[in-house]
Amino acid sequence: MALLEASNVVAGYGETEILHGVSISVNKGEIVTIIGPNGCGKSTLMKAIVGLVRVRTGAVRFRGVDISRLEPEQTVRSGLCYVPQSDNIFPSMTTRENLEMGAFVRRDDFRHRIDEMFELFPDLKRSARMKAGRLSGGQRQMLAIARALMLDPVLLLLDEPSAGLAPGLIHTVFERIRGINETGVSLLLVEQNARESLRMSDRGYVLSGGDNQIEDSGPALLNNPEVGRLYLGG
Amino acid sequence: MDIGGVIDYLVGFAIMAMIYAIFTLGLNVHWGFTGLFNIGIAGFFALGAYTAALLTSPPPDPEQFEDFVFGGNLAHHDVLAWGIDAWFFLGIAAAAAVCGLVALIIGSITLRLNDDYLSIATLGIAESVRLFFLNEKWAANGSKGLYRIPKFLGDLIPAENYDYLYIVVVLIVLLILFVAVQRAARSPWGRVLRAIREDEVTTAASGKNVSHFKLQSFVFGAMIMGVGGALFAHHVRFLSPLTFDPLLATFVIWAMLMVGGSGNNLGAVLGAFVVWGVWAGTQFLPGVFSDPSFRLLMIGVLIVTIMLLRPGGLLGEWRRIVARRPAPAAGRDATGAD
Amino acid sequence: MGFLPFVKLGLVANGIIFGSVIALGAIGLTLVYGILKLGNFAHGDYMAFGAYVAFYIVDGLLPRAGIEGAGLGPFTFGFPVLIALPLSAIVVALGAIALDLLIYRRLRQRGASTAILMMASLGVAIAIRGLVQLIWSGDTQHYPRESRQVYHLPMDVRIPPDGLFVAIVAVILVAGVYMLLTYTKIGKAMRATSDNPSLALVTGINTKHVVWWTWGIGGALAAIAGVLLAVVQAQLLPIMGWKFLIPLFAAVILGGIGNPYGALIGALVVGVSMEVSTQWINPSYKPAVAFAIMIGVLLARPHGIFGDSQ
Ligand SMILES: Nc1ncnc2c1ncn2[C@@H]1O[C@H](COP(=O)(O)OP(=O)(O)O)[C@@H](O)[C@H]1O
Ligand SMILES: [Mg+2]
Repeated sequence: MALLEASNVVAGYGETEILHGVSISVNKGEIVTIIGPNGCGKSTLMKAIVGLVRVRTGAVRFRGVDISRLEPEQTVRSGLCYVPQSDNIFPSMTTRENLEMGAFVRRDDFRHRIDEMFELFPDLKRSARMKAGRLSGGQRQMLAIARALMLDPVLLLLDEPSAGLAPGLIHTVFERIRGINETGVSLLLVEQNARESLRMSDRGYVLSGGDNQIEDSGPALLNNPEVGRLYLGG
Repeated sequence: MDIGGVIDYLVGFAIMAMIYAIFTLGLNVHWGFTGLFNIGIAGFFALGAYTAALLTSPPPDPEQFEDFVFGGNLAHHDVLAWGIDAWFFLGIAAAAAVCGLVALIIGSITLRLNDDYLSIATLGIAESVRLFFLNEKWAANGSKGLYRIPKFLGDLIPAENYDYLYIVVVLIVLLILFVAVQRAARSPWGRVLRAIREDEVTTAASGKNVSHFKLQSFVFGAMIMGVGGALFAHHVRFLSPLTFDPLLATFVIWAMLMVGGSGNNLGAVLGAFVVWGVWAGTQFLPGVFSDPSFRLLMIGVLIVTIMLLRPGGLLGEWRRIVARRPAPAAGRDATGAD
Repeated sequence: MGFLPFVKLGLVANGIIFGSVIALGAIGLTLVYGILKLGNFAHGDYMAFGAYVAFYIVDGLLPRAGIEGAGLGPFTFGFPVLIALPLSAIVVALGAIALDLLIYRRLRQRGASTAILMMASLGVAIAIRGLVQLIWSGDTQHYPRESRQVYHLPMDVRIPPDGLFVAIVAVILVAGVYMLLTYTKIGKAMRATSDNPSLALVTGINTKHVVWWTWGIGGALAAIAGVLLAVVQAQLLPIMGWKFLIPLFAAVILGGIGNPYGALIGALVVGVSMEVSTQWINPSYKPAVAFAIMIGVLLARPHGIFGDSQ
């Protein structure tokens, strides 16, 4: 059984329907990447999975339980954490406070988890007392990911983690993502840097116009001439 | 009361209702068309009324008044009468211009930032205008107010029947404004305003300068309110800062628009008549119903109830004022950023 | 400080006292504004309501229990006001939460725009004032009081002991709010929600509790501000809260919306400016001075004196 299974998800904003029945799945231990043109609904799909956008029809099952009607707060408790594409930190709070917020639902002593995050992202340790709004773009992204990891999630959803970063940094981010995956966290990514992302993915989906277009393994998608032409820049 | 008395009363009632309808139209331009939240209508009301009154009244007799010196005396220049009391229209135009100017200044400072600032600023305008007319005795005789404001075509008709003439005047002005607002609403300009009201982000993305359009709407609505103020001044012929109490000069007008339906001009006029009718009618009821405090309470409850049940108003419906977006967290939709 | 010789220090002292009352109101207003994205036009009327609830306790309830008095130590008011202060804070805090459940929560769930929320708060403001007038009449009231000597300080500064009391209460409460926001879990969650509501939601923050705490704190501070205002002005009037909105919002905008520390500084600036302005202009223009400061700030630093100037 897949860890996360979204089937025929229909969702949108107001009267406009953005997703017209999208199905994806993530198995335990996998990295799965979603690619697709701008505005095709990738972020909307992620928001629908975590419960920020209402799922109108279809189902989202996480560890066998339907989570499509849950509040985001409850989804988070079940071990599914999410890093939005933008505005993914609390800018007026310090780095450390951001991490504490990440652990909001934890009742145990989570200080060791903060230390682990500082080990994983040493940059954050140096800026622990700095306001997150003053961090660089790369540090912000690291902080956003670390915040989501505070709960030891089973599945992590990352919406364009490399967006807007310098090329050198992009590579570091992917390195970290792979590292996170090696600790046993399954990952669902949305990525513009499709090549690099697909290269490390077990599987990938191409989304277009609110519908599934293609599903295949990461390398197969990379080698698919049509995908290459349309979404990988030749 | 004989039948003549009843008719006199109804005429007086209709004049006030139509003057209020003018304010409701102005407010409809602000809130109904554009979503601008003006809670300082009283400020424009007073500014319009005082401007028209001061420009047209004669200067006060220096024997009787120590401080009060102002008075434009337009009504007593034969040049401006041309046999049709043209000064009246000058006063109205000036009232509209002064309100428009104040709206332009305050609007251009606040609207480029955040709509909320505008509503707070309208509160400030209302209070500052009130304080000015209260304190600057030289300009408007302070709390004692202005009286004997000139009548338009007052020589034509005996004083006791004057309302029969004035109701026609007010009706004509109301019709002109109604047509103007209706046309504006249906013009490409009005369509942009509605687009802003419904989805500001998308409208901005389609290349419209949103804050410019809002400013134009704010100024336009304020000018209409100025006209309403001027008509009011020449009707009641007595003004004091107390006349422009927020209850009767702001909140009642909101209740009228809420009842009539935001974005619906006919509804706005109808709402003015309905609310003014209830207001005037309940004056004769015994006990708590005619108690101003109770009425205040009821206006508040009415506004909240309409916001909860029918944010578009009772009669007309403003269909899409409620952005049907998900509302994450405690606040407004913050997920639309990407 | 070259201008200081021209400014009467006594006016500055008065301004600080007045500013501390504004601060208590403005901190609550800015928290609600930042966290719920609601410019609450009823905030002034929460203050007035708090002042009147305290009046009811001091004038109606406590005398029945035999507790009466005025002129406690150097102060004009008596011991009953000290009892009424926390009680009124609790009543208004609960009332604010109840109004949220009744009105604002429904509007938020429907995804209503901020304009609709503000409109509803205007309705609440009008209704509260009507209710206050209906219950306690529109006439001026005051807490039982005895006149007292003012303190004479050097440089011709005179401070009424009541003013000192007001400032001390304000300092204690502001410190309390600071501790809450800086050190407690719910306080941090409030700041997080103010920063980024949708992220707070997906982080698992219990936004329902955050909303309750925000109204609770905002309502309690408003009630206390109302009582203190009634003490320094030596009178209660139903319109006192509505009249207070301009300085409140001026302080909030000065400090940057959602920033409680900014609101504190903003309140002191507004309070002192309003008082000091009376040295040159007619004191009844004080609200217009607050408005002018607000407009000046919007022109010069649209995001508040501490905000990013982007
Ligand atoms: N909060 C929102 N309200 C209304 N429409 C939105 C909102 N967010 C996104 N959209 C629209 O939904 C579509 C899909 O957006 P999104 O899921 O962000 O695309 P992607 O992440 O694939 O670039 C776009 O057309 C966008 O304009
Ligand atoms: Mg996206």
